[in-house]
Amino acid sequence: MPETGHNTQNARQLLVMMERIRAFEEHAILAAERDKLVLGAIHPSIGQEACAAGVMTHLKRADILLSTHRGHGHTLAKGADPLAMMRELLGRTGGCCGGKGGSMHIADFGVGMLGANGVVGANITIAAGAAHGIKILGQDHIVVDIFGDGAANRGPFLEGINWASVFDLPILFICEDNQYSATTRTSSVTGGPGVAARAEALGLRATVVDGNDAEAVAQVSGEIVARLRGGGGPEFLHAVTYRHTGHTSFDPGAYRPEGEADKEIAANDPIARQRAVLLAMGLGQDVLDAIHSEAQAEMEQVLADAAATPFPPDEAAFADVQDIGSPMQEAY
Amino acid sequence: MVKMTYVEASRLAVQEAMTADETVWCVGEDLGRGSVFGQYLGLQAEFGKDRVVDTPISEAAIMGAAFGAAMVGTRPIVEMRFSDFALCATDELVNQIAKARFMFGGQSRAPMVIRKPIGLWRSSAAQHSQSLESWYVHIPGLVVLCPSTPQDNYSMMKAAIACDDPVVYLEHKNIWGLEGEVDTSLEVEIGAASRRREGDDVTIVSWSNTANLSVEAAETLAGQGISAEVIDLRALWPWDKQMVLDSVRKTGRLVVAHEAVAVGGFGAEVVATVAEHGEALKGPVRRLGAPRSLVAYAPNLEDKMRVTVDMIVTAAKETLGK
Ligand SMILES: Cc1ncc(C[n+]2csc(CCOP(=O)(O)OP(=O)(O)O)c2C)c(N)n1
Ligand SMILES: [Mg+2]
Repeated sequence: MPETGHNTQNARQLLVMMERIRAFEEHAILAAERDKLVLGAIHPSIGQEACAAGVMTHLKRADILLSTHRGHGHTLAKGADPLAMMRELLGRTGGCCGGKGGSMHIADFGVGMLGANGVVGANITIAAGAAHGIKILGQDHIVVDIFGDGAANRGPFLEGINWASVFDLPILFICEDNQYSATTRTSSVTGGPGVAARAEALGLRATVVDGNDAEAVAQVSGEIVARLRGGGGPEFLHAVTYRHTGHTSFDPGAYRPEGEADKEIAANDPIARQRAVLLAMGLGQDVLDAIHSEAQAEMEQVLADAAATPFPPDEAAFADVQDIGSPMQEAY
Repeated sequence: MVKMTYVEASRLAVQEAMTADETVWCVGEDLGRGSVFGQYLGLQAEFGKDRVVDTPISEAAIMGAAFGAAMVGTRPIVEMRFSDFALCATDELVNQIAKARFMFGGQSRAPMVIRKPIGLWRSSAAQHSQSLESWYVHIPGLVVLCPSTPQDNYSMMKAAIACDDPVVYLEHKNIWGLEGEVDTSLEVEIGAASRRREGDDVTIVSWSNTANLSVEAAETLAGQGISAEVIDLRALWPWDKQMVLDSVRKTGRLVVAHEAVAVGGFGAEVVATVAEHGEALKGPVRRLGAPRSLVAYAPNLEDKMRVTVDMIVTAAKETLGK
């Protein structure tokens, strides 16, 4: 993997991925609100794309990723096919989970993405276990688990991170801190000096990064990934960012102090910041505009193609529950 | 045929499976010491600490981590120590393990054996005595097994480890020392019940340790001229409806007996299934289970929760109008 940070090619890649994630989610929101094609809840990561783009540039296909209910960006950046993802959001055949999981269970095992999760914090122990399994099998890939700031107040945070620590597992835990747990400001329900300190108390090396700065995220996560590949123990990254939308696409986010979101969006949008980096590197505005419109065009087509795909066959309701005692043989 | 105890039987099955397949490993608290009941004695010495893993007291992490390791290609045997503590890992089992394959559209498997010792065991009181098998039967995605003999604890453990589905494996704490002949070449198909005793007058359906009590009850009944058939379900999901229906068709009488609380217990499922199939019964059904109260420490109070041999005998006679 090439060095990141001061190289136009890499800086541009980061922008391309963030633009694609945003375009994907903007179209997912259109599909939900305008088209009424997304029926369940979706949790956009608009404003948080730097973490997905920055970290995933360092992961290989065989490396393992686990994510959260707000996981579209991570999944796309890990290499999943956006059409399979959009079909999943629309509950269609050819969705990455065959239309049976939807947004909150998006997963693509083919690219090492072992699932978003509808239960806050649940993936922390599961990810530690994936790293444990890798160790038992003598394989050399690594695991990245991304969760929100709210998850740090659930039990699996303690149990899973302690587990990774005592078994010295090849895993990077990332707290993608958008400062909100649904509609509650996370700081108002969180004791102590913060998540990084909690991870350090469990024996992990912890790093804090500006999670709206894709260059910085790529830089520090590259260093961490290199340490993990070199046999270093588990690490923790606290990436501080901001959620531009409400908690779900249906939530206007009206509980936030007046002006807070506008101010954050104006000052700290990771895409705007990355555009500025590229302009400073000498790229023309026309190039940036082209990156934007290509991403938009790609996802417009993705949505159109997904909407044209049929729903799964009724038999799928009973498939893939279990081999022995399957509902396909006996459901009562 | 080798004579061994119930605990030795499942230990042997685990030992043989670990020898045959390097991806099989055990994970839980105090396994290096054999765990609470000696289920793992000697295994860490034989297979090392990386395959017989001593963990922190973190039931959610034991269950969750084992699941993560299963998804990347290992076959964990998960020890929950007492089934009661498995409740600390309910999300991991019910929301994650049982559902992942389905939610992810068939992309994942969770080949795991989740061992949860159940049941009444000498003044262990309310938090160390429960039999919650019916909870797990209620969760699509899980296989639920309740072996009652050394032979079954050997053969069913082998089958559970070989199974690609998550198996909730409920051993009964009060029969670790139960001895019996074990034929290590005998394979048990998951979901096939065992006819522990043949009879014509009344069918007694049971599982786990209560199946052993039911066999004793059948012996007592035989002394009184009543021929009872005892069916040990062994597996609660999937379960052997056919053997039960065939037997009830023959006897026309049904007793269901289990240690778990009767209300909402799996016995109700058995009785309902027989009723739905329209089997003509010659007498009232009897359903035995614990009263809907809690297990106490004091022995006389603990006894109030037991289904006994005498109760099974009485219930069988009642179905015969005696
Ligand atoms: C165990 C659990 N409790 C509550 C919820 C409902 N819920 C869904 S997302 C969410 C907020 C999570 O906050 P955070 O972890 O910071 O992630 P974010 O939504 O900010 O990405 C809540 C409370 C849940 N899904 N799981
Ligand atoms: Mg949050």
